[in-house]
Amino acid sequence: MNWPLIFFAILALLSVGSAILVVANQNPVRSALFLVVNFFVLAVFYFTLGAEFIGAVQIIVYAGAIMVLFLFVIMLLNLGAPEALRERGKLGPAPAIVLALVFLSLLGGVGAIDSGLRPVNPQAATFMATGGTPEKVGLALFSPSLPWLFPFEVTSFLLLIGVVGAIILAKRRI
Amino acid sequence: MLPVPTVYYLVLSGLLFTTGVIGVLVKRNPIVIFMCIELMLNAVNLSFIALGRHFAQINGQMYVIFVMAVAAAEVAIGLGIIVNLFRQRESIDIDEVNLMKF
Amino acid sequence: MPPIPQHIGPIDIVPLIPYLAIIVILGFILAIVPGLIWIERVVISLMQDRIGPNRVGPRGLLQTIADGVKLFFKEDVQPVAVDKKIYYLAPVLSMIPALAAGATIPFASITVKMDNGTLRTLPMIVGDVSIGLLYVLALASLQVYGIVLAGWSSNNKYSLLGGLRSSAQIISYELAMSLAIMSGILMCGSVNLVEIVHRQAGGFWNWNVLQFFPLGLIATLVYMIAMVAETNRAPFDLPEAESELIAGFHTEYSSMKFAMFFMGEYAAMLGVSGIATTLWFGGWLSPIPLSVPVLGPVLTAVPSAVWFLLKMFVFFFGYVWLRATLPRLRYDALMAIGWKRMLPLSLVVLFGVAVWATFRMPEPPAAAAQDQPGPRVRMAGPSSPAGGRP
Repeated sequence: MNWPLIFFAILALLSVGSAILVVANQNPVRSALFLVVNFFVLAVFYFTLGAEFIGAVQIIVYAGAIMVLFLFVIMLLNLGAPEALRERGKLGPAPAIVLALVFLSLLGGVGAIDSGLRPVNPQAATFMATGGTPEKVGLALFSPSLPWLFPFEVTSFLLLIGVVGAIILAKRRI
Repeated sequence: MLPVPTVYYLVLSGLLFTTGVIGVLVKRNPIVIFMCIELMLNAVNLSFIALGRHFAQINGQMYVIFVMAVAAAEVAIGLGIIVNLFRQRESIDIDEVNLMKF
Repeated sequence: MPPIPQHIGPIDIVPLIPYLAIIVILGFILAIVPGLIWIERVVISLMQDRIGPNRVGPRGLLQTIADGVKLFFKEDVQPVAVDKKIYYLAPVLSMIPALAAGATIPFASITVKMDNGTLRTLPMIVGDVSIGLLYVLALASLQVYGIVLAGWSSNNKYSLLGGLRSSAQIISYELAMSLAIMSGILMCGSVNLVEIVHRQAGGFWNWNVLQFFPLGLIATLVYMIAMVAETNRAPFDLPEAESELIAGFHTEYSSMKFAMFFMGEYAAMLGVSGIATTLWFGGWLSPIPLSVPVLGPVLTAVPSAVWFLLKMFVFFFGYVWLRATLPRLRYDALMAIGWKRMLPLSLVVLFGVAVWATFRMPEPPAAAAQDQPGPRVRMAGPSSPAGGRP
């Protein structure tokens, strides 16, 4: 019994199912909640892939902050006009057909993708077990010899721009 | 040999990405469109981390950190724009918001 | 406590420790909440110089059980126009993060006499993961969902406003709390809670609250204020006060659903108090180490779980004391304190700790070097089920 594979199959079903429900739902609050479920399942995927720090950050940032912001905006907008946000009309069969076609082509192309990838690095298993800790991520992010320090500083600047921009956009009177 | 081959993660990532694209094309509520964009970004994150494990490099996780940071900033500003849009016109159905200035 | 042998009969207890910890934590939280409610009522009545509960049981001991029975038998009102699925989901979402936060908090340390004769000190913890504190932060940021969804699904403008206010308060103070936690992480050099407790070994002068004096003290105070605001307790409980906005986000909830919100609030209080004791006050360590002549052996003989409980109860007493003493903060004052005072203060403390630690990182105490790491839960391994244990 290949337990990791069975676990992966269940999680993959949950993930695709919640993603489809995000798109198929007419109520924006339900869509947001299904997206939260999707982010959770993705965080579990990151944990099984050995990226523990990224999994925790996924929950903190995406599920805990970004989606809360989405929910806030939906609810605030709803205070003003309750029915303005509902989708009109249900989706036809077209998106489902497209999705099924894409899925079948991806399944058929598994062999092609697999042969296109370079062979697995033999240290992948140990990397999965030890390579995703906060210490390793911190060392990689802040080492002057690696190329990640400069993007990190630029990202902090970007977040500052985001904060200032969001405040200016949302103020009623500047 | 890895317990779950990387290909499966890539196929899953492709599926999630496609679902996001369909959502962006079909939905009318800009907030839900935004959510589908986040879905697409997450699909890409998943494939980054799966490939990072495949090649036993930390670079996959580094990319994901930056994608998350940029996505957070983008969501803040995008939702600010949507709130402003809603304050000026009572409807945010994107089929009706098709002029730069009304 | 005498060392426990590794094999009791044929059973090896070392891999069973996480499961035992799960049972202890869940059982403890669920069983102690009625006792906490009773303690709160008695202490508040003593502070306010009145009699307090004295009808049911000696000194009102059974009062909480009577209240529980009353809530259980109350009519479960099901409002017609609520969003049914989210309405029933919200109390559950409010309870789960509070209960799950205990998974990475080490609440005791036991000495196991291994088969080959050596003594090994293992922490009693459900999951000794490398991201311990980040896990708790993640769950803290999930607490918002229960409140926001409760306010939304009630289909009631005042509930929605109360829910939005309450969650805005939680998010604002979460920033200050996270920065204070980061100062603690910097002081110990690790995100793993067991590592953090081991760094504080060797007496109360090594505890994080007194490190990098006075930065550790300020960070602890910021954390404690933020933790009271996070759990929506007095004096930060405007969004759910009975005289404001009807009853805030849980207006439309009756009987057991309201009881779940209530219990979730107390479980959250226990969770953040547990983090505070682990991060700032040395977790399960006794304040006087073994090396001090008279008091040392006496105090170290007290089981570590008792020290942990004692420190958590000091925090709980602090919670009750604040509720009995301070008046409620007005909402804009509350938000002003969170953004204009707590956030800059915690940023300055974080900066100060970072600069100080760069030049003088305190040495890890010698006692910690003898402790061996506990049964670590590996996130994934080549031969173990995904997310399983070695």
